[in-house]
Amino acid sequence: MLKQIISGIQNIGHRAIESVWRLGVASRFFILVLLKSGTSLRRFDLVIRELYFTGVLSLIIIVVSGLFVGMVLGLQGYETLQKYGSESAVGTLVALSLVRELGPVVAALLFASRAGSAITAEIGLMKATEQLAAMGMMAVDPIARVVAPRFWAGVISMPFLAAMFSVMGVFGGYLVTVLFIGVDEGSYWSQMQSAVDFRFDILNGFIKSCFFGVAVTAIAVFEGYDAPPTAEGVSGATTRTVVTSSLVILGLDFILTAFMFRGVS
Amino acid sequence: MASETLIEVNDLNFSYPTRAILNGINMSMRRGQVIAVMGGSGSGKTTLLRLISGAIQPTSGYVKFAGEVVHELDRDALFKLRRKMGMLFQFGALFTDLSVFDNVAFQMREHTNLPESMIRDLVLMKLHAVGLRGGHQLMPNELSGGMARRVALARSIALDPMLIMYDEPFTGLDPISLSVIGNLIRRLTDSLGMTSIVVTHDVHESLKIVDYVYFIADGVIAAEGTPKEVRESIAPFVHQFIHGEEDGPVPFHYPAQAYRKDLNLEDIVA
Amino acid sequence: MQRTTMDLWVGVFVITGIIALMILSLKVGNLNVYNPAQSYVITGNFENIGGLKIRAPVKSAGVVVGRVTNIQFSTETYDAVVSMSMDGQFEFPKDTFASILTSGLLGEQYIGLAAGGDEAKLKEGDKIMKTNSAMVLEELIGRFLFNKAAEDDSF
Repeated sequence: MLKQIISGIQNIGHRAIESVWRLGVASRFFILVLLKSGTSLRRFDLVIRELYFTGVLSLIIIVVSGLFVGMVLGLQGYETLQKYGSESAVGTLVALSLVRELGPVVAALLFASRAGSAITAEIGLMKATEQLAAMGMMAVDPIARVVAPRFWAGVISMPFLAAMFSVMGVFGGYLVTVLFIGVDEGSYWSQMQSAVDFRFDILNGFIKSCFFGVAVTAIAVFEGYDAPPTAEGVSGATTRTVVTSSLVILGLDFILTAFMFRGVS
Repeated sequence: MASETLIEVNDLNFSYPTRAILNGINMSMRRGQVIAVMGGSGSGKTTLLRLISGAIQPTSGYVKFAGEVVHELDRDALFKLRRKMGMLFQFGALFTDLSVFDNVAFQMREHTNLPESMIRDLVLMKLHAVGLRGGHQLMPNELSGGMARRVALARSIALDPMLIMYDEPFTGLDPISLSVIGNLIRRLTDSLGMTSIVVTHDVHESLKIVDYVYFIADGVIAAEGTPKEVRESIAPFVHQFIHGEEDGPVPFHYPAQAYRKDLNLEDIVA
Repeated sequence: MQRTTMDLWVGVFVITGIIALMILSLKVGNLNVYNPAQSYVITGNFENIGGLKIRAPVKSAGVVVGRVTNIQFSTETYDAVVSMSMDGQFEFPKDTFASILTSGLLGEQYIGLAAGGDEAKLKEGDKIMKTNSAMVLEELIGRFLFNKAAEDDSF
């Protein structure tokens, strides 16, 4: 009995040490990527290539989801607000929820599963097929040539995608409430405009999406680079990218929100 | 010139914390030679290549490449040294997102400031040497295994290295591709005046093209010699390896306790 | 994928992203009405601010001309000191009258400015002297009952 308890505690300790160790490896890798970013910023065509894969190819899912999230928000918000006779505030509800929370967070979650997993799988497969080793043998640093451009492309595209998500959401809310239900168009926009503040809401949402972009791509490139060079290794790493970055996005969102909106209405 | 020593391996040891891989290897390779390193699977051949390229550090001993001790170099010097080396990976390791042309041009674009027109001429020359000039616009996934390896060969000679290492270049090829690759290795070595190290267990193909053979078993050099010496060798290990005999110094059975005992038949009287 | 098509798509992507950010700033966030770059801060003391919050609009004739940036309690005068950041393009006379109003029955509270007739204008750091507190429902009812009782007494 005692033996079992001790081995259980040992197990917990082992896992704790393991995860702290892994966090350390990841942080060191992250710093290494930043230090070796010179090449990709000098040769920006490398980043542009990756912007196509991370940014442009994520456009469809971001735009469509944004539209639907906005439509649902409009519909649900209208249902609730009309009970209090303030259905004209539906614009405020849609815009504030999107700009402050849903835009950055949902766009980042979608980005993690669309682009993050693709980055992990690509780097993991390049490692498994010895492409990274071959690059090292050709005296080209794979972190500078392969990892850093993908990292920067992700960091750049995330805020744009979040902004597009929010805009599509506001438009979706407009479609449902103004065009289908018949809320007054003027009050939809004007209530929204008087409630949404540039610095507090839009700038903070933008800053959030920048943080999420760094977090998701950093996790994605690390998992890919760290993946065991086998088929199971790569698929496991891809799953870990999506799970870890989703959790990190939500945790980070709470921390950032607590800092940004503390003491404000 | 032809007798100048390019690589000197001196009392090289390498071990993982739990397991020794190489125990005191000595080798000497001259310019213009094709050298085969043979041995059973898991005998440390690939580890030897990684030690020569400086990817891992030896436990003791050293590898000297063109007069420089590889593991004592810092990162920049090592990368500089690696420009004089090429390596052909087992399945080519072509960059799957680049075309054949861009694969071969990769090192030229990374390491030189040559104008694009000159890079184009050079790439086509390298591809012509491996017979794939016509396929320069193909993507790697459109190539057969043998063609991919030829492209990888063209890529590794892109900057005219002094040494090319081949990690199992003959694995999984049909007989025609196999002799094509074998002849290419010999021809390129002679025409470019470089040194080739071929890690393989394909005895017949490699004995046709190499100048010297090392056999590695259990982390030591079990035998060495020219192909002629090796063929006529009566050393039991070499004989078993060359003729592909099932049992011999390398046993068929993994060490185990007595067969009858494993099946619990000991106490049964036959 | 041809290099040029890829460049084209990335260009489209970046331009769409910038347009989205601009729509958010201008159309949703209404950045053009209130530009903090060229603004001046004035203060006003209110006996009771009711439910006024930081970032509430400051309106004159129904047009947003600024925002509340800070609300503090003064231990010298025992009332609330409200700081307002005003849009630089709107100037108000020194004797402007500030009152805390409510938009609609249950709407948010804002500060309404009614311009006076003074020649001198309010500048950075100035204080509005004439203020009117927020309506507090209990006080309103209390006053109504008091008046009613007074009326009854007069019979």
